[in-house]
Amino acid sequence: MSSTVSLPTRLEKLVGSDRVRASETALQEFAISGRAPLAVLKPRSAEEVAEIVSFAVAENLAVVACGSRSKLELGMPPRGYDLALDMTALRQIAHYDPGDLTVSADAGLPLHELEGVLGAKNQFLPLAVPFFETSTLGGAVASGIDSVLRQQYGTARDFLVGAEFVDGTGKLCKSGGRVVKNVTGYDLHKLLIGTLGTLGVITRLNFRTFPLPELRGAHLSTFTALEPALDFHASLLKSGLPFSNLELFDAEFSALLAAWQNKTGGAPKSLSADGWKVVACFEGSTAVIERIRRELQERSERTKAAHSENIDARSAQSLEASFRGAFHWLGRSAPNVAVLRIVLPRAASGDVAELLSGSQPPLLRSAFALRACGVAYVTLLADEEADAANAILQREVTRLFSQVEENKGSATLLHASPWLRERVGVWSAKRADLQMMQRVKQAFDPHNIFAPGRFVGGI
Amino acid sequence: MPRTITDGSPMNPALIRGLKSLLGPANVLSQTEDLLLYEFDGSVEKARPEVIVFPHTTQDVSRIVKLAAKYQVPVVGRGAGTGLSGGALARRGGVMIVFARMNRILEIDVENRRAVVQPGVVNLDITRAVEHAGLYFAPDPSSQKSCTIGGNVAENSGGPHTLAYGLTTNHIAALELVMPDGEIARVGSRHGDAPGYDLCGLFVGSEGTLALVTEITVKLTRKAEAVKTLLAIFDEVGDASRTVVEMTAQGITPAACEMLDGWTLRAVEDYIHAGFPRDSAAVLLIEVEGLREAAESQAGAIAEICNSNRAREVRTARDDRERDLLWKGRRNAFGALGRLAPSNYVLDGVIPRSKLPEALERIHATGKKFGFQIGNIFHAGDGNLHPIVLYDPRDTGQFKRAIAAAEEIIRMCVSLGGSLTGEHGVGMEKNELMTLLFSDADFDLMRRIHDAFNPDSALNPGKIFPLSKGCGEIRVHKSAQSAGTRR
Repeated sequence: MSSTVSLPTRLEKLVGSDRVRASETALQEFAISGRAPLAVLKPRSAEEVAEIVSFAVAENLAVVACGSRSKLELGMPPRGYDLALDMTALRQIAHYDPGDLTVSADAGLPLHELEGVLGAKNQFLPLAVPFFETSTLGGAVASGIDSVLRQQYGTARDFLVGAEFVDGTGKLCKSGGRVVKNVTGYDLHKLLIGTLGTLGVITRLNFRTFPLPELRGAHLSTFTALEPALDFHASLLKSGLPFSNLELFDAEFSALLAAWQNKTGGAPKSLSADGWKVVACFEGSTAVIERIRRELQERSERTKAAHSENIDARSAQSLEASFRGAFHWLGRSAPNVAVLRIVLPRAASGDVAELLSGSQPPLLRSAFALRACGVAYVTLLADEEADAANAILQREVTRLFSQVEENKGSATLLHASPWLRERVGVWSAKRADLQMMQRVKQAFDPHNIFAPGRFVGGI
Repeated sequence: MPRTITDGSPMNPALIRGLKSLLGPANVLSQTEDLLLYEFDGSVEKARPEVIVFPHTTQDVSRIVKLAAKYQVPVVGRGAGTGLSGGALARRGGVMIVFARMNRILEIDVENRRAVVQPGVVNLDITRAVEHAGLYFAPDPSSQKSCTIGGNVAENSGGPHTLAYGLTTNHIAALELVMPDGEIARVGSRHGDAPGYDLCGLFVGSEGTLALVTEITVKLTRKAEAVKTLLAIFDEVGDASRTVVEMTAQGITPAACEMLDGWTLRAVEDYIHAGFPRDSAAVLLIEVEGLREAAESQAGAIAEICNSNRAREVRTARDDRERDLLWKGRRNAFGALGRLAPSNYVLDGVIPRSKLPEALERIHATGKKFGFQIGNIFHAGDGNLHPIVLYDPRDTGQFKRAIAAAEEIIRMCVSLGGSLTGEHGVGMEKNELMTLLFSDADFDLMRRIHDAFNPDSALNPGKIFPLSKGCGEIRVHKSAQSAGTRR
């Protein structure tokens, strides 16, 4: 790297002194796993992002784009990290056509701000992700983190219709468009989803929007054993009833959820720390809500639920918000926590739950939640950060990784101490298509300046 | 680095011998009269391959590709040849791999709603194989009785129900591929969501320019509990298009919302007798799906919007027979138009839905300007237009005017904030028009992606990228130089 001493000065020359921060405090604010950048830049426009990236290419500097910095711990810590791009000054809504159900907005726009604008037109974006209150659009998309509404609305891949971004040569590029149906050119905007900023710096995103549901409802059933809870969960999936979310979870998860709910809004009484629970969330007209409630009541009686209750609209909304933020509060529910996201064939998800519900290793508690879309969250909690607890966490995560692999699934460590991530890695196995991914990386970012080492397989 | 092919024409007999010994003579066609059958697809383009091969296995495909690479001859994949943008035409000649004999459904997994199929399986046959379990394959191009899933994957095909269920890409979990060097690769994951770049999403819709698809894991969709099909009849086209605008604005997304204008519906009615009133100016065929309660209230709300926009009548199909008849009218419309002129050019453009009334007026004006009656039968709900220009290909002047009218319409779509293609693909039909949407930087990146997988343009050369921009390949094949020009 050439003359890093004067780097902030040279950056100031490039974008103006008011856009560059290099104080120790500023740099620490943008640290990833203890590693701080050399400078923080806050570009005002996509063109300025392109200038900065061109500069980074010329000077061989590694760049990490940041939004609200709520999910910077995802993936591996980058091998190089010279410039932090604070994208939060790019926050305009470029186009909003309520009549077309499409919106185009800058990457640094907070989700909740967009929610307000769309809500005024009775619409919304079903990107119901953890850290919703602070997340930016760009961060939510680049992190690829689950939306709690995906059972009904799909993932970002299903409603992202176009994007603008700066590639690794410093050029402002675009893909897709602003219409809801489009097959012109390669689908590069979809490729950006979940890439942790390793392919480009997203500057603008185009989405299709959806009408806000008329009403929401939720229903909670408690079972004394896992098997009937799984049967009930599966029967609901097969019922054809439209659920926005279906969560099955164990007693520990229930206790953590209740604790979080009490902190934020008040948990339903039956959210007790016992048995296995299934929460069904749904939305629609009065007639639809009534129909689903009726069927849930009948089905839970048929499957011999120990307890079953309808949850009122207000509690339903607060419960849904808690599920939305689960990754956030799970990670903070004990001094030493590992949160894994596991995708398995439906039949095998039960096996993992069963395994966890069996003998508990010492010093460790575990919480399990299975979402309708086939994604399970396993949280391992230790009440201390001591070596013994770390060693057990390491063993358990390794064991889960291999078990998931045996079942032809995949596991990702969403949250863990840097110590643990360093030892077990973030992804359960090497990908067979790693070489193809590397070719994509090379095409987008030929100088390897975007968050090097942060992604799968060391990309 | 791009290569220049100078091995001359006709195709190297050694390659043909090699292919015959690989596959057996019954799976290789190289006589002119056979090749002629494969120089067309559903588009107005034409390009002749030099040899046709019919693989039975992935290994066959891999060996064919390796052999073609040895002789530096391009390869293009083809399903049923129903494509509308020239995607399955051999623009640079070479070897055409026809997947018709790789047509087995390999596995059906009802529990996880997945099916594993070979590329030559006909789209509708997937649904037929799984409907006993209450499942179906959602993407439904109008050609679904004949088009194959491999072609659907290549073009990221749509259909009427794309409005609610998305394009092909939303229904593909994993792919097995044969790369231009003959290597076999797998992308995506059966149960979805594996960590890593969304390679599966990249390959779907790449129009055969990155790899050949040899096995597809599709996602299956559960059939809705209730379906209601409405036919709204209008005396003014403007009223029909305003109905669509208002429906969208109110946030009503039906499963499908198709429009046929008066001229088109009369042609359809004469042929299919679907029950479209011959004296109307436009009909909307609208379908809603879901829970009984939801479908009923949505149908009610839609009927109200139709009526407030002066619909003459709103009919509801009373049973499956009536529903099927209405859809038969829609799906066979292009066939019906075939009776009116020797040939027709089906365009594919997209506009923001709110611009529908304006777009239809401008299409009408373009028709007048170039002396054509342009019919419209299209996916109104998502703004995906299909203007149809009837012409006689033997009349060169008329054909040229048809092409010019088409280009004007596509330019109009882009100027309204829309796009070049909603579901047919770019192929060799619109590659020159790509510059309307994309900058040099965009092309550079797309080219780098292309070259990351298909560096010598051995697969499907001459597609997607504008040749006039210097983005095209330097490959020159003497025998193919004349191919690939419009008729």
